[in-house]
Amino acid sequence: MSGAEKIAVKVTEIVPLNDLVTRFKFERVDGGLLPTFSGGAHTVVEMQDGDITRLNPYSLMSDPMDQTAYTISVRRDDEGRGGSLFMHTRVALGDEMVISYPVNLFSLDLRAKKHLFVAGGIGITPFMAQIKQLERFNGHWELHYACRTPALGTYGDELRAHHPNETRIYYDDQDQRINLADLLEGQPLGTHVYVCGPKGMIEWVRNTAQADGWPREAIHYEEFLAPKPGKPFEVKLAVSNKVIQVGEQESLLEAMEREGVDAPYLCRGGACGQCETSVIDYAGNFIHRDHWLDDAEHDSGEKIMPCVSRFEGKTLVLDR
Amino acid sequence: MSKFTFPESIRSRPVYGTLAPRAGSAHLFVADAHGAEAILDVATPEIMAKGHIIYLPKGEGFGDKLRALNPASFYAGPSFAAAEARLHRMLKDAKMGLQVYLAGTEGLMGQAQLAATDAGIPHTAIQTEHRGSTARRMQCVHCKGITEDVEIDPFQCSHCGLNLFVRDHYSRRLAAYQAVCIDAEDPGNVPASKGIYE
Ligand code: FES
Repeated sequence: MSGAEKIAVKVTEIVPLNDLVTRFKFERVDGGLLPTFSGGAHTVVEMQDGDITRLNPYSLMSDPMDQTAYTISVRRDDEGRGGSLFMHTRVALGDEMVISYPVNLFSLDLRAKKHLFVAGGIGITPFMAQIKQLERFNGHWELHYACRTPALGTYGDELRAHHPNETRIYYDDQDQRINLADLLEGQPLGTHVYVCGPKGMIEWVRNTAQADGWPREAIHYEEFLAPKPGKPFEVKLAVSNKVIQVGEQESLLEAMEREGVDAPYLCRGGACGQCETSVIDYAGNFIHRDHWLDDAEHDSGEKIMPCVSRFEGKTLVLDR
Repeated sequence: MSKFTFPESIRSRPVYGTLAPRAGSAHLFVADAHGAEAILDVATPEIMAKGHIIYLPKGEGFGDKLRALNPASFYAGPSFAAAEARLHRMLKDAKMGLQVYLAGTEGLMGQAQLAATDAGIPHTAIQTEHRGSTARRMQCVHCKGITEDVEIDPFQCSHCGLNLFVRDHYSRRLAAYQAVCIDAEDPGNVPASKGIYE
């Protein structure tokens, strides 16, 4: 398969943090050191769920310079396709798993004079590693973290204890809201803003900053989409000379992998561009869900991102 | 003054655009000589209410017209060096949302852009428009000295005296083009100088 290179690891710690989030620690099976990464990087975790191989990306949240172990935090999604539930219910201490080398689509811009982090819910995880990275170099940062309740404020206490001056937490159930307009307005020149959280929050921060005249290059965001189920469809893969069926619950990328077709990916969430595939012929409608291609490319019918996008119609022929 | 169209060149050569109004919390204009005309073209009362102009007239008489735009602040001075401390101060105190507009000669725009990028603005977010003289700010790659307002090619380094060939290789870090000795192999064999764009 064509993701980043793989590492065999075993699970050495499982810590339930609250009703929704559990933390997992991975160490190399061969006892060696893991590669260092940069704050914001993710790893793709392979889960062997019977006949199905699930591949979910998770942000690394441990110290990027700590080569002895990686940690991730997984939020349980009961409505999702089962990856996070698998992690929560089927993974046990000592299990051996395969993870990918870290890939970073959300790195710090080290030219920034100040890093302003805006997190929503489980969106806190990439910032945990970025904060550790910045602390090493005495970086200038500030975190604004919105979560539902204190009980679900994953890592809130830890952050507040270690970084009382840099951390501000907002609880929905206490009607606390980030005053974004004021927050952005007062930032010194050279500040970069980073946002990770629900789609609405990302849009809100991007739009507000842009309307205030922030340069596009100073606005960073990360949102991995989970592939959504949809109607089954048939695809012809011209290079592999195969006709395959994409099931209701699987993505086009997963269907290709199931059929042994080598298809590239890095994020599996519509964000990195790695899986971009040319359309040779089609009759029907695309259901584009990525945020890699622009609107014109979506309309052109010439490209599809198989990790999250689907198709409805009679014929689809791909250059794969 | 009519605008000059620079010939196509290598990728390192800066490309200038046309100033356009942008949303912002404040607006900083740095211009010299005919750069004033670009400011006059883009200015609106809303922008000038939060607008700050640093102007180097270099003998051109646009000062009064710029002042008549009623910017929040206006400074006119004899040289970039004279204005530099003020520019750094303004950038240091500025907040995100500041828009930077540079107009005039390449040497002025390059140096003001360097100050702005040092202050943390990505260079791609800074607007530029070339007006007036096409003279260049050149660095001698041999002695590292910088000669301002070079109009001919080849020219003589004002520091070490070598005969230098004007290249399009540009350094954003130095805000200068590179100049290389033209008669190193055969000292004294120097072609007659002509205008850089002739
Ligand atoms: S794998 Fe990253 S966009 Fe599809």
